[in-house]
Amino acid sequence: MNVSEIIDTQKLKNIPSSYSTFGWTLLILGVLLTVISFAVNPRHASFGLIMTLTFVATVGIGALFWVGIEYLSSAVWSTPMRRPFEFISGVIPLLIIIAVPLLFNMKTVFEWTHRTLYKDDPALLLKAPYLNIPFFIVRTILVFLVWWLFYYLIIRNSRKQDTTRDQNLTTKNIRLSAGFIPVFGITITVFSIDWLMSLTPDWYSTIFGVYLFTGAAIASLAFATLLIVKLNEKNLFPVKLTSDHYYNLGTFLFAFSNFWAYIGFSQFMLQWYGNLRDETIWYIPRIHGSWAVVSIILVLVQFLVPFFFLITKPAKMDPRRLVFISIWLLAAHAVDIYWMVMPVYSPDRAVFALSEVAFLVLSVGILLSVFAYKAKRNNMVPIGDPKLQRGLEFHI
Amino acid sequence: MSERTLYGITALFDAPGKILDASKAATSEGYKNFDSYTPYPIHGLDNVMKLKRSYIGIVTLILGMTGVISLVTFTWWANSVDFPMVTGGKPYFAWPSYVPLMFEMGVLFGAVSTVIALLAIWLGLPRNSHPLHDTEFMKKVSDDGFGICIEAKDPKFDQKQTESFLRSLGAVNVEPAYYEAQSFTLRQLVLDPKFIIAIIVVAVVSSATVYWGLNKMLLIRPWSSLNDQEKVLPETRSEFYPDGFAMRPPVEGTVARSQMPYEFTANDLASAGKYLANPLLPTPQVMRVGQREYNTYCSPCHGYFADGDSRLQGQFPSPPSLHTDSLRLAPDGLYYSVITNGFQGIMPSYARQIPRDERWAIIWYIRALQKSEHVEASVAK
Repeated sequence: MNVSEIIDTQKLKNIPSSYSTFGWTLLILGVLLTVISFAVNPRHASFGLIMTLTFVATVGIGALFWVGIEYLSSAVWSTPMRRPFEFISGVIPLLIIIAVPLLFNMKTVFEWTHRTLYKDDPALLLKAPYLNIPFFIVRTILVFLVWWLFYYLIIRNSRKQDTTRDQNLTTKNIRLSAGFIPVFGITITVFSIDWLMSLTPDWYSTIFGVYLFTGAAIASLAFATLLIVKLNEKNLFPVKLTSDHYYNLGTFLFAFSNFWAYIGFSQFMLQWYGNLRDETIWYIPRIHGSWAVVSIILVLVQFLVPFFFLITKPAKMDPRRLVFISIWLLAAHAVDIYWMVMPVYSPDRAVFALSEVAFLVLSVGILLSVFAYKAKRNNMVPIGDPKLQRGLEFHI
Repeated sequence: MSERTLYGITALFDAPGKILDASKAATSEGYKNFDSYTPYPIHGLDNVMKLKRSYIGIVTLILGMTGVISLVTFTWWANSVDFPMVTGGKPYFAWPSYVPLMFEMGVLFGAVSTVIALLAIWLGLPRNSHPLHDTEFMKKVSDDGFGICIEAKDPKFDQKQTESFLRSLGAVNVEPAYYEAQSFTLRQLVLDPKFIIAIIVVAVVSSATVYWGLNKMLLIRPWSSLNDQEKVLPETRSEFYPDGFAMRPPVEGTVARSQMPYEFTANDLASAGKYLANPLLPTPQVMRVGQREYNTYCSPCHGYFADGDSRLQGQFPSPPSLHTDSLRLAPDGLYYSVITNGFQGIMPSYARQIPRDERWAIIWYIRALQKSEHVEASVAK
């Protein structure tokens, strides 16, 4: 295999500076907006920051999940596109920075931190050994540390392969991924329970971790698809990706949009049918008043529209439609997180203020600037990966 | 012998790459009525053959949606129009619980109808054969060969020219395919005795299997454990008891749990009043039970305040007020007897509806009502 024949080495680190400029602008603007929103309304801003943390964490860890799945299943088609996922997962070390202001500020958002409020609630007393501030902080740090550890090891091996061309590094990463995927399943559940479920501390749902996972898988895939298709269509990607590669990305977007609807509906239907106080308590604010409108919009944007938009084969292969639906699904994930978090802050009616704007600007800013930063310093395709050649020859 | 008609020229290739090249060549040569046969799907074949996008997907969508809509219509009609019934405290049309059914029906209708539509439209059901069926060519391409067949109805078709064209593509074997035109008329196939016998055999075998499975197989031993008990069946004699009855009457004087019999005859109000006393104390709990039971069972006729102002006035004889002096001074046992046995054929017995203790609780409540209308002036102050 002669790498230089199939790879345009000029373009390996040639990400246009507009990505970086745009990303950094949004990042600085987002930080400013967040600081201002903290000055205006600290409680509202804390909820906004929880949304930012969830969005960035789900996209970051979701991207690492796709990398792990690629190694674990020895997938070939996605090898030329693996690097964008690795770049996106570069946000993982930053998660703790987003979480710190919240860890110092827990009493403003988490109801369970106020022991006196639930002196008489036996369910919450039972949860007290889990839901207490020291253990929460320990868990958060542990989850981020485990994510960072796997991120560091997997990405390091992948990067080392660019120069050494050592095939054993692929084997090592397959073993690492085999460890990472189950750990990922547990840690994302812990993350979802700690940061989202505990906002409604007396709510029970055993499927919530999976629900957040589906969102993470869609959002990270949508973000990567957006960047991959954009770069490839502008002829900035070092290798030529075909519509067959696009088709697989579109198929996964379609599949995970359906999977999200399946999990979300399972949770809703079981709790609606059971009609128990400990379960419906989460849905009651979300199906009344203006939150009901948000719920319907959520079903539309994250399931029904993508379903009919992506159902045909040409739609999954068309770069313009893929770019559109990627942005659409990223926005849908933002709506999803908004719908999970904000009814706790304002149960009576939907709110949209500075904190929500800060959430959107800051999340996109972090993700884009980290991507641009990583893309400028690393090769855009894994040039040493033994699967690369076959990945480029892939056709359906 | 019937006449043999030329169906087309078949050509066999030995590699999937060659069939792609051959199909491409045939298309660029201008052939339209040809088909490529492969043992497994080969990606890209549609493109080189310049096939139009199949519309089977639209058929599936429409039929799948038909399934969904018919399910929704049926469940709506059954649960909210024909037999409205509250299930689990949900509305009649509880749509979230129908969503799994909608999904199932969508998949079922979509899948089954797609197969039927494929057979009917593309293969021409009830035609059950194809000119290439049972040929060496078809055997080869459904095993390890890759074939192409240019049909005789193609406007560019010319037997010699097409044959040499296919040979020039590097085919392993080029052969014309013939069929007997007669054997492809519809009528003959449907009325074919073999076909009719096959249908009859299938019908007989399947119904016999179902009958045997449900009526005979389930009674064979490993399954029949519950049928096979040591017990006296209905309409048979017990061999254990000399009188032949399997059921024994209870011992004389047996009293069932919590079923204390009433000691006096129904009309003996005097004895009841004399010997029965209220076993309960008028605690708040007892008064609450008494109020609840009184309001449930007694108030429809006696009124909420025992004034005899029945809500059923005019439909039912009104009982007297319970505030008369004679009734106020009547003993508890008399009330108990009346609740238990009914009164003069007008008030029915409430022994089945109201347990003993609750009857006594009602009597305490009646006493409280009576006291409330006869308050001494000194107490009222």
